[in-house]
Amino acid sequence: MSTEKDLDAYQEFIKGIWRDNPVFVQVLGMCPMLAVTNSAVNAVVMGGATLFVLVGSSFLVAAMKHLIPKQVRISLYVIIIATFVTVADYTLLALLPKVHKELGAFIPLIVANCMILGRQEAFASRHSVRYAVMDALGMSGGFLLALLALGGVREILGSGSLFNVDLFGDGFEPWVIMILPPGGFLTLGLILLFFNWFTVRRRAFLQRVAALDAEEG
Amino acid sequence: MSTPVPVQPQREPGSTRLVLAMALAGLLAGIIIIGVYEATLPTIEANRARELREAVFQVLPGVRKMQALRYDGRGLVPNPGKADDDTLYAGYDGAGRFIGYAIPAEGPGFQDTIKLLYGYLPRQRRIVGMAILDSRETPGLGDKIYKDADFVANFDDLAVDPEIVAVKKGTSTAPNQIDAITGATISSKAVVRIINRARSRWEKRLPAPGSGPAPDRME
Amino acid sequence: MERKDPRLLLQSAPLLHQGMTTPQAMRDVWLALLPTTLAALWFFGIGALLLLLTTVIAAVGTEWVFTPPERRKVVLGDNSAALTGLLLGLTLPPGLPLWMAFLGGVVAIGLGKTIWGGLGGNLFNPALVGRAFLLGTFPIAMTTWSPAGDPAAFFDLSASLLALPLQSPDYDAVSAATPLGLMKFQQQGTGFTRLLIGNTAGSLGETSGLLLLLGGIWLWLRRDLDWRIPAAIFASAALFSLVLFLVDGSRFPPPQATLFSGGLLLGAIYMATDPVTSPTTPRGAWIFGVGIGLLVVLIRMFGGLPEGTMYAILLMNAATPLIDRWTQPRIFGRGGRRP
Repeated sequence: MSTEKDLDAYQEFIKGIWRDNPVFVQVLGMCPMLAVTNSAVNAVVMGGATLFVLVGSSFLVAAMKHLIPKQVRISLYVIIIATFVTVADYTLLALLPKVHKELGAFIPLIVANCMILGRQEAFASRHSVRYAVMDALGMSGGFLLALLALGGVREILGSGSLFNVDLFGDGFEPWVIMILPPGGFLTLGLILLFFNWFTVRRRAFLQRVAALDAEEG
Repeated sequence: MSTPVPVQPQREPGSTRLVLAMALAGLLAGIIIIGVYEATLPTIEANRARELREAVFQVLPGVRKMQALRYDGRGLVPNPGKADDDTLYAGYDGAGRFIGYAIPAEGPGFQDTIKLLYGYLPRQRRIVGMAILDSRETPGLGDKIYKDADFVANFDDLAVDPEIVAVKKGTSTAPNQIDAITGATISSKAVVRIINRARSRWEKRLPAPGSGPAPDRME
Repeated sequence: MERKDPRLLLQSAPLLHQGMTTPQAMRDVWLALLPTTLAALWFFGIGALLLLLTTVIAAVGTEWVFTPPERRKVVLGDNSAALTGLLLGLTLPPGLPLWMAFLGGVVAIGLGKTIWGGLGGNLFNPALVGRAFLLGTFPIAMTTWSPAGDPAAFFDLSASLLALPLQSPDYDAVSAATPLGLMKFQQQGTGFTRLLIGNTAGSLGETSGLLLLLGGIWLWLRRDLDWRIPAAIFASAALFSLVLFLVDGSRFPPPQATLFSGGLLLGAIYMATDPVTSPTTPRGAWIFGVGIGLLVVLIRMFGGLPEGTMYAILLMNAATPLIDRWTQPRIFGRGGRRP
């Protein structure tokens, strides 16, 4: 915590959205990523539930970090996360029964998303509440965006709609594979491919710029 | 730890403290979960009941009221409790006259168990509606058992003697035949098989036509 | 397609895929497929030509896009992308919309080949990757067959073929069932002569057993083909099928129907033998072929689909590295059982 003054809340937020995106860069949380992203609505609800759990858990863990004995911290993190997951589960079941039915077992399984436990151990337990919440917002925001990217592509091709709004009219021939598990793997693979291609290009560009600067300097 | 150690002993919290911390956390988590459960339970149950009502009204045209009945080994008795394998629903019109039964049934489909509800008129011995409650059939193919209006319409007026058979699309001639879905023959046949099995199971349990259960204790 | 020319004496092992890169071998395969292609035109009309052209153009175009400009001449010069396109086209149903066929060609090369690093790096047969993608994506269009037409209707174009991109096909003609579909869903056999000649419903290039077999024999005589793989496939499929037929002749087809219906011949001769995705050792080739034969019969008789050749070959493609490791010959002069 001695390094706290070096932190910038905005940076903590934005790193999860892009530079350290939990899905595209850290490749975490693959199970919900592949399982429930066959439509944009499912993706948003899943991402929202994860955001609620992560932000809530990070807040509590950061607030109580001095009360939690080191030896049993992991168990306590899991209890905290599981409580938030159960709250999210019942709330969704009451408010959005149809979506809850489609997400099925994957809402309770948020508890097993290693991204969430990872943020508690790696960040929330060592930082103040403010930064912990920013970090949690950024990470779960990045997760939500990743789910949405995948869910959007899969819904557009697999059902011809986005957020249940028809895009192509009645004659559309759905790409059935896209709403099935293989479509999840294919789309995720293509998006990761794009991310890596972009990173490589960006690095090459920066190197060229640096070389030019060196020449001029 | 009989030998003295250089580390100060007070740095290591005793196991009592650890157990206490865990127990406290568990207790708090339990209280929160029970609170949320209690708070959401009425809405969740209302959702389930509404879903069921909608399905019953869908498979039994003209029905305005319903009640759950249970076969207790001798006859049908009102079942205010949890639905089980021996539960069905009796539907009544606005004036409280008995119309027919909505019977839940389930069985293996192409991917996973298909759960459905069908409306049955015992006097006419006809099926007058079918709704899929739960299925994981292949999107685009097997899911036509509930997405394809033509297929669902097969069950709007279907004779049950002799037992229902699925035939190739466009070739149904007899009142006990339904048009299978092209490309999803297995799912189509699964629906037929589930209904036939449920029907033969309930055949002897239903009271003789004309003596429908009294519309007492209705919602 | 594997080169077994005794004059070349290529005996020290890790010289993989030598056959495919020789333009001579490629020309032989094209020539061997010519009768089958012409038969597809004869039975299914001008639409077949359009479909085959579409898949070839899509395959070659995709290869061109994903190849760095300085390597295009070499990579495209071996015609292997065009061959993948042709093979994919031959496995498609005659009425498939052209835009779907195009997509299949793009996926075959993009996902089946270039993403693995190009020719020689791919684990799965590219043409079959394209077909598997299409079958998973458009299951109805990929299993709607039109009957083998009469030559008088040669210039009639089916409306489904010309469906606009992303739009559902509109089938104008009567659909027909393939011999395998008839067997599976209606317990009807198809006459052996018809299976040989090929005037049955089915994928463009799979119907005529006789012409496929002729092309295969010619390739074998030219030593462009590892004969062990098709031989093992035919033997194991025929044997397994015979056993089942003897157990219950009313439920299972006789062995000759198993061999000559569906894509078994096309797959066994032209796809299973792809040197990139099949084992390199003779013993491995036998294991590979027997595995395919057994899987084909297993999927056809007990699976949900009437045809299983594609999945059988893809599954054994996946097992190929393992088979290669098992069957590596012992290094001479060294102890131990395996290197």
